[in-house]
Amino acid sequence: MTLINVNGTQHKLQVDPSTPLLWVLREQLNLTGTKFGCGISQCGACTVHVNGVATLSCITPLSAVDGQSISTIEGLAPSPDQLHPLQQSWIDEQVPQCGYCQSGQLMRAANLLAHNPSPSDADIDVAMAGNICRCGMYNRIRKAIKSAAGVQQFDPSQPTEGLANG
Amino acid sequence: MGKWSRRGFISAGVIAAGGLLVGVAIRPGNRAAKLSDSGAANGEKLLHIWLKLDRNNIVTAIVPHSEMGQGVGTALAQMLADELDADWNLVKFEEAPATGEFANYSILKAMLPSGGSDLPGFVLPSINGALITTAQALDLQITGGSISVRSTGAFGMRIAGAAVKEMLRNAAAEAWRVPVNEVIARDSQLVHQSSGRVEPFATFIDAAAEMTPPASPQLKQSSEFKIMGHHVERHDIPSKVDGTATFALDVRLPDMLYATVRRAPTFGGGIKTLDDSQARAIKGVVDIIQLPSADVSRTLGSFSTADSIAVVAEGYWPAKQGLDNLKIDWHETENDSVSSDSIFQQFDRDISANVDRESDISEGNLDAAMAGAKQIIEADYRVPYLAHMCMEPLNATAEVKNGRCEIWVGCQNPLGFRQAVADALGFDIDNVTVHNCLMGGGFGRKSLADYAIQAALLAAQVGRPVQLIWTREEEVRQDFYRPAVQSRFRAALDEEGHLTAWENTYVDKHEPVEAPLIPYAVAARDIGHVSSPTHIPFGAWRSVAHSQHCFFTESFIDEVAAAAGQDPYEYRAARLAHRPRQLAVLQKVAEAADWGRPLAAGRGRGISLQQGFGSIVAQVVEVSITGGEVQVDRVVAAVDAGFAVSPDGLTAQIESGIVYGLTAALYGEITIENGAVKESNFNDYQMLRMSAMPKIETHIINSGNPMGGAGEPGTPPIAPALTNAIFNATGQRIRQLPIKNIDLQGLS
Repeated sequence: MTLINVNGTQHKLQVDPSTPLLWVLREQLNLTGTKFGCGISQCGACTVHVNGVATLSCITPLSAVDGQSISTIEGLAPSPDQLHPLQQSWIDEQVPQCGYCQSGQLMRAANLLAHNPSPSDADIDVAMAGNICRCGMYNRIRKAIKSAAGVQQFDPSQPTEGLANG
Repeated sequence: MGKWSRRGFISAGVIAAGGLLVGVAIRPGNRAAKLSDSGAANGEKLLHIWLKLDRNNIVTAIVPHSEMGQGVGTALAQMLADELDADWNLVKFEEAPATGEFANYSILKAMLPSGGSDLPGFVLPSINGALITTAQALDLQITGGSISVRSTGAFGMRIAGAAVKEMLRNAAAEAWRVPVNEVIARDSQLVHQSSGRVEPFATFIDAAAEMTPPASPQLKQSSEFKIMGHHVERHDIPSKVDGTATFALDVRLPDMLYATVRRAPTFGGGIKTLDDSQARAIKGVVDIIQLPSADVSRTLGSFSTADSIAVVAEGYWPAKQGLDNLKIDWHETENDSVSSDSIFQQFDRDISANVDRESDISEGNLDAAMAGAKQIIEADYRVPYLAHMCMEPLNATAEVKNGRCEIWVGCQNPLGFRQAVADALGFDIDNVTVHNCLMGGGFGRKSLADYAIQAALLAAQVGRPVQLIWTREEEVRQDFYRPAVQSRFRAALDEEGHLTAWENTYVDKHEPVEAPLIPYAVAARDIGHVSSPTHIPFGAWRSVAHSQHCFFTESFIDEVAAAAGQDPYEYRAARLAHRPRQLAVLQKVAEAADWGRPLAAGRGRGISLQQGFGSIVAQVVEVSITGGEVQVDRVVAAVDAGFAVSPDGLTAQIESGIVYGLTAALYGEITIENGAVKESNFNDYQMLRMSAMPKIETHIINSGNPMGGAGEPGTPPIAPALTNAIFNATGQRIRQLPIKNIDLQGLS
């Protein structure tokens, strides 16, 4: 039995504890926004937050997150009628093309801004180095991060109304 | 418009829900018919249905193309809505179902001046080649070859929008008893200004449905466009920032199992012995299945289902654990000793032997020009095999029961996939339903149905829905690769450095046929190819043969300019007087890039020019070389796609194409060892990442020429512009990609 809190909801899971968190999210919890890209921590499509830290769910066994709080793309927005500033800037800058990598990009970027509200280009290069976009929208991602940086108000790793982490 | 009126007709009718449905069909002559009986009259069928208007005044564009990131639905809906004078906020789009009514082969074939020879190359194997010459309507529904806007949009969406506007105006004029020329359409309303009457489009649905649509409605001049050419936000983006966009991998069915698969690593190999005892012992593993032989003859030349072994389990993870614990001995094959080296040796040998060389073009007296040359330069170029590496690994979800198959898949040819799955299962096509999903990248890979066939065969065997998910390693090792190519050049220059002869021989002809041709004026030229087949499966890769040949030809013309002691931009421009459109694009990029401005030591600038998919693109690259490392600082692109329907969409596609080509030029290499692919995943098949990203500036030229494609034309020019820039910085000519293999130490 493993206990995890995902986007504010507690789950008791009877799953092989060696199963990577990615597959638990996608198959047991039906949270399909987190994507499979490589399975070996090389592409970043599976990025989620574990206790507020960006984590690659494809190589994180369920046993390693027992009792922890997890945020996924489905929990990035502060409330159902409000977008996270990064989600809004992603729309404003028309970032996604195919969109498949964007959950991971957004979760990684949210983690960056949570810890560094006004990142430099070099900071962005370092933070986003693990996230591949095959549509090549890196410049738009960079621009969207910078435009959201000025209005960052919400840290998905912190408890807020509607997101009872903990 | 003349072309359209000879070949098509438009029909309309009221659909069950009470909305107006308007479509365009292909048949000889210029006849109109009601939608309901359009198929009955001569056994012909309505091939396209583009527009729905409902009682709530919502216009829906029905898009017979697949979304793989390119924003096709938005661009096509813009074209339809603009001609209709609809309110953009009341316009939606949806992807057409995979049925024959939405096949787009016929519209392509009818509209392309070449009668179909300009079709994207990947179509050819999928329809078995010969059929293309027949007049039959074929069940194809392809997205590729950068065709959507320039064919479906230009010849379908705009006409449907304009025709419906005329019908609605006529309906309003009749109801209001005013002359039709006093009724205008504006923002999804009909307006009679002098009487002040205003009614939404929807008021006139029933009256319009009784009308015969005009076959040649008046289209707008580009100066009248209100939605085309203007920035609109893509409709699909909000769902791509909150995790709700549904890709094929996100499909969930009751009682669904998961599977993953491995095929013989050496192409053409098969399973000799299998020990699956350890795999079967893994908790959650349900079954281990060697796929049966199936009929794939109509869809895939070299693919065999019987060399696939799949693990079916309660989840992907146990399936993957099962796969990793299979002990498989593969049959030996005649290709077990083939390597990248041996393949390139074969190419070199076959080009030198020059057996059965076929000319693409032969003009002027090549021998005399070579004999009279002041200077002859020669070079050989090579590019390796490349994988596609879509972000979303190949997957498909299938359910087979009661003699029917339903399949959920992201693909570039839903109708072709439907036929492929039907063939493999031995079903009639009517018993197969394809639900096409968003694609996490396509790039040509998802035009081939191997993964869908595997899923269908598994589901048939298991008797429960199965979601087949390939490992990334399988995706790298079982691709239909961009072909490796070698290309040999010889050029003659006269006393003044003028190019007098251009000779080029390369291995293996691929689509499009014009890819190796150069736009530059030269009196004598002979471009041709020899056959040098290998056992490596190949397929369409973003921009198809242009991606290799643009690197070859735009590098070698740079060599010619250098041999002449002339500036590479000036040298090109001087040979484009007969091609004013190309010249304008080249001049635009040079001006935007400030071509003449001197650069610091260790920096370099290169240029290239390319025509393909109806568009012309030129690029200038600036690089810095430091400690043997290449940094791409800046890419300036100029693009003439006729008219940019969606300027931000075009800009994004050019950027995307540049990054795709840049990634390949810097890092891309599939290595063959022992007849199989050596690379496995993103750890050894490197991708361009954020820190290596250059600045990209895209300049759009609206030339007024017929609309061209956007998805592919950005890719080919980047490799030669980059290597020409490295030459400019270092004096080193790069004739083999990828650049990561080139030692640039000591040159910085």
